[in-house]
Amino acid sequence: MSTPPDNAPVIELRGITKTYGRGDAAFQALRGVDLVVRRGEFVAVMGPSGSGKSTLMNILGCLDTPTTGEYLYEDIPVHSLDNDQRALLRRHALGFIFQGFNLLARTSALENVELPLLYRGLGRRARHEKALAALTAVGLPTKLRNTPAELSGGQQQRVAIARAIVTEPTTLFADEPTGNLDTATTVEVMNLLVRLNTELGITILMVTHEDEVAAYAKRIIHVRDGLIASDELNHRDIRVP
Amino acid sequence: MIFLNAFLIALREIRRNLMRAFLTVLGVIIGVAAVITMVTLGNGATEAVKAQISNLGSNLVMLRPGMGFGPRSSSAGVPAFTLADVAALSEQVEGIAAIAPVRSGSYSTISRQNARSTSVTGTTVDYFDINKWKLADGRLFTESDYRIGAAVAVIGNTVRKELFGDEDPLGQKIRIGNAAIEVIGVLAPKGQGGMGDQDDTIILPLSTLQRRLAGKTSEHDIGMISISAADEVDGARLIADITSLMRQRRNLQPNQDNNFNVFDTRQIADTLSSSTKMMTTLLAAVAGVSLMVGGIGIMNIMLVSVTERTREIGIRLSIGATAREVLLQFLVEAVTLSCIGGLVGIALAFALCAILAPVIQVGFVFDPKINLIAFLFSAVVGIVFGFTPARRAARLDPIVALRHE
Repeated sequence: MSTPPDNAPVIELRGITKTYGRGDAAFQALRGVDLVVRRGEFVAVMGPSGSGKSTLMNILGCLDTPTTGEYLYEDIPVHSLDNDQRALLRRHALGFIFQGFNLLARTSALENVELPLLYRGLGRRARHEKALAALTAVGLPTKLRNTPAELSGGQQQRVAIARAIVTEPTTLFADEPTGNLDTATTVEVMNLLVRLNTELGITILMVTHEDEVAAYAKRIIHVRDGLIASDELNHRDIRVP
Repeated sequence: MIFLNAFLIALREIRRNLMRAFLTVLGVIIGVAAVITMVTLGNGATEAVKAQISNLGSNLVMLRPGMGFGPRSSSAGVPAFTLADVAALSEQVEGIAAIAPVRSGSYSTISRQNARSTSVTGTTVDYFDINKWKLADGRLFTESDYRIGAAVAVIGNTVRKELFGDEDPLGQKIRIGNAAIEVIGVLAPKGQGGMGDQDDTIILPLSTLQRRLAGKTSEHDIGMISISAADEVDGARLIADITSLMRQRRNLQPNQDNNFNVFDTRQIADTLSSSTKMMTTLLAAVAGVSLMVGGIGIMNIMLVSVTERTREIGIRLSIGATAREVLLQFLVEAVTLSCIGGLVGIALAFALCAILAPVIQVGFVFDPKINLIAFLFSAVVGIVFGFTPARRAARLDPIVALRHE
């Protein structure tokens, strides 16, 4: 497989709009968004609630479809894919992290991380090896058998990150990844994300409303009233200790 | 591959919540176990009835007064037989090996130790041969006992146990009705039959019963005539001959129905086993309804489970499960659960039959056919009742499902 150049665009949005409802009740959540995200970027998406940032992230994460406009993911026209094709794109190229962790309850950390591999049809041994490697990468090689209830919030989010990266995705979508965490674990999780970005070259798109969290990103986008209000590089230099 | 995968995911899901899985399939377990147990025990009962009848002898013909046979029979206002009938049959019908008049009644019987109500039969010596009774102890009554109406009786094994316990009954007197009768013999046990305990019986000369026990008005009546056919005789022809002679003796016109019944053991066997078969079918149908209810139980819990697991479905969809895979997962889960339920039900039925068969005294024969049918039915139940919940799960919008609390 030929690796695209480092700065090749992963995501290209052209004139994306999203309208909920019809007629008088219609509400336009996105009003023509253009955006290019290149390989290896770490983008923070900020904005007040109701600004359209969640809608934007859902469309970017191939969970939702735009009403009009074009979305190219590595030159694949996502806007014209059906549900199953988008599911397969998520399976093979995308990883997700959520505010509420969204791990399967009563299921061990290892089995949670193995889940995406199960859908990929990997054999038992390959699943186990990859899941173990991912859990080691997030610093939890000793918590394989623990269920989410037996783990702290930070540990649960790290299991969720392991689940997101176990398939070696090109892009990681993080929706308020530190929203349920205290300050110390927030730093821990953010440093982990920065490391995944710099060391593994995973492109990260992250929604947050906290400036301190956004500060870890290389690029910060502000969304307001369904449009991108500002888009600037972040020069604050925070490095992994 | 995709099936194997769905099966693997479904198994993990079942293992993750064993209690829920157990409650879900409880209905199917009970349904399958009930159907199999009913049919197996019913078949056992049918076999037991057949065995009992063949124990009576294959060439036994019985003649009873009354209209019709079986549940619709009626003996009201129908003339009884007489000894003259017996003599006529014996002389005029070919192929009769032995013939015995039979008159039975229930009398209170009292020994020194005990009292009970027992079926008492008055007959002739040939009766023992016709009905394959064997003597365990003592002697049978004789022709001369019969001629003089001697106060002697042969008792069945149950009567011996109940009236005499461990004592030797031979030579002892028992009071039957108002008469004192001496026990001269004990019969070898025959066991429980489709028609009750055959050993709970006292047999004495017909003349003795008529003179000493029966009331004046019915002194000469005979309740039934027992006939054993000669070996090479065709049963149907014998029955036809007996029927035509009896119609003639009773002056029945061609347009009148028989006011007596002639039947052989094969007919009794058919009637009895057809009624046990009907009972079996009925019970199996009731059990089938419970299996149906079990299926509805599966659908119910699976539907609740879809709502309860909406977020989980959202997670699966977000990490790349297709709608088809989610559908398959829930369907495979339902089918796997109901199949496990079916297998457990089969095991339970096996245990139940093994325990119950000796208690209700029927044979236990493992019937692979009904087990297979019940198992397949449980699988079908899983598919039918698992489909609606599975489709509902597959149609969830990943965003809505992820937001679900």
